Amino acid sequence: MAPALVIAAHGSHLNAESSTPTYTHADTIRATGAFAEVRESFWKEEPSFREALRTVDADEVYLVPLFISEGYFTEQVIPREFRLGGWDPDLWSSDGTSATHATLTADDTGQTVHYCGPVGTHDAMSDVIVQRAESVTGDPDIGEGVGLAVVGHGTERNENSAKAIEYHAGRIRDRGRFDEVQALFMDEDPEVDDVTEYFESDDIVVVPLFIADGFHTQEDIPEDMGLTDDYRLGYDVPTAVDGHDIWYAGAVGTEPLMADVVLERAADAGADVEAAIEQVRERTSGANPAAGD
Amino acid sequence: MHGDHVDALVATAPDGIAFDDLRVDREGDRYAFETPEETHGALNEDDLRAVAADSPFVRNWYFWHAVAPQKADRWAFLRWLEDAEETALERRLENLADGVVSEWGQLRVTATVDDGGERRYHVRHVDDARADPAALTAHEDPRAARDLAKHDERGRYRPLKSAPTLRTGWRFADRSAADLVETVETFYPASVANWHREREGELDVTHWHETVERQTGIYGVVQTWDRGEGYEHVNWVAEACCADSQCLKRREWHYDDETELDVDGGDGVVPCREPCSVVIAAARQWTKLESEESRTYEFELTPSEKEQVEGIVDAVADGSVGDIREADVYEDANRYRARFLRAKRFDGEGNLSGAPTDRDGGE
Repeated sequence: MAPALVIAAHGSHLNAESSTPTYTHADTIRATGAFAEVRESFWKEEPSFREALRTVDADEVYLVPLFISEGYFTEQVIPREFRLGGWDPDLWSSDGTSATHATLTADDTGQTVHYCGPVGTHDAMSDVIVQRAESVTGDPDIGEGVGLAVVGHGTERNENSAKAIEYHAGRIRDRGRFDEVQALFMDEDPEVDDVTEYFESDDIVVVPLFIADGFHTQEDIPEDMGLTDDYRLGYDVPTAVDGHDIWYAGAVGTEPLMADVVLERAADAGADVEAAIEQVRERTSGANPAAGD
Repeated sequence: MHGDHVDALVATAPDGIAFDDLRVDREGDRYAFETPEETHGALNEDDLRAVAADSPFVRNWYFWHAVAPQKADRWAFLRWLEDAEETALERRLENLADGVVSEWGQLRVTATVDDGGERRYHVRHVDDARADPAALTAHEDPRAARDLAKHDERGRYRPLKSAPTLRTGWRFADRSAADLVETVETFYPASVANWHREREGELDVTHWHETVERQTGIYGVVQTWDRGEGYEHVNWVAEACCADSQCLKRREWHYDDETELDVDGGDGVVPCREPCSVVIAAARQWTKLESEESRTYEFELTPSEKEQVEGIVDAVADGSVGDIREADVYEDANRYRARFLRAKRFDGEGNLSGAPTDRDGGE
């Protein structure tokens, strides 16, 4: 029997749209027919992490966390709740941004689970950030004369949270496409509040490395950057702040190309999904973000 | 499935078939074919094909082995929908011709059969049982259930799929077995799997204490609420969150595997196998609130005001505040009545009867 894909995402008790990107990317992958089944599962919604595996028929499952960083959720919560027997974070042998996959057996269902690193630290995520910059500016060649800010939460409970932001900012900087690339944070220096101080370029594209739009991406960050005094009144894209034009992209996780990163994670763990990857890249390149915003 | 059922039967016959009143046995290089309607022996393959072609028993066998989802729980659910284990096929086909109705949470599922023996299913809200189909919005894609399940009738987000607040006004008509299962599982995720596990005696219940012990991060604090001094607090949680008025799953978890809770678990067809994330998130807040000691306050209220306070708590707890009419001043939780009580009994700081909360003081 063909394997199944299970996507593990956070979800929300309060925000109805938190799960929308997860469903959208799952639908994109479902349409490729690469897996016998594609199942969304959530920490805060249903099916829960605890009960998702029993809802798929396959004996073999690729489990991909739709999370940004490696740490508490990917190393503790998801393996525990999915009952992945014998899990140890060392199995990923990661330095914080280099998780691979581990093959384990679920204690309750006996299914073979290829537990993959989160989408957020996969190299393909750098491409999604760049594509997000293209989407928000409507310019497929965006880069020259432009600064790119990759924004993350910051350390809070997890030092790897900042590592993932810096990792992708560094990779995109090395490509030389944008004049400047800077990692910024909500709760540590360099802070997103001072975004204009970190760039010489007139145009600054700001891409938050979040899975779903919500409180942080729709309220905090726009207000912190001075795009608006009150998020409820909205803001223009771009908005002029301190003599710069700020192109604020909203959560990167709503970019359709995210489906590709999910597939890349499964492919790295051994899933035969090359054709699906081609198909998804073709479908989602330059697509308009339709998910969750 | 034109002729497919015959090809499949011929391919399987050498191994013998015994299913739903159909029997095919190999006898040397010939076959015996038996149903309640007809018995044949010494059939060669062509004879077998001729006998099988129009047999509803063969079409039924084919549906259950080649069309219906084969995952054990999905298959068992579909069988349950037409009471297949208790009712002979001839009777079942008559029933299916009229439509066999089952309820699953707030879903009303009607199983029917087409001329080829393939089951077709219809789903609508239980409260729409008698609604004119034309008055209900028709859907085909099981994923439409996602949006239907997301908000209640008043547009409020439903974080708990098994809350009895599913909106009405829609229907899924003439769906295949696979689509039906997917639709049901979208409205009520994991319900089929857990229902089946329970029927098989394999439901893996995780009780409260064990669930709480597993928590880490911001939910780890809930562990401190179990102090080894009884389980009354868990009774309160279950009464608050798990009654049928709040969740249609039947709670099968208790305090631990030796200590049953005293409150009713509900009557739902789908079992609840462990405290859900909504319960744990609420328990985190209660753990914090319940760390406070009781105090004695002195409030001055008329007897009717005391009853009004109780009535307001009841109305909020029962979710009936929205049903109280604007000018129905006979209701304790009427807005004008509550505003009058506030005007009269709260001081400038919002203290009831002017009694300060005095968080840090006390005895």
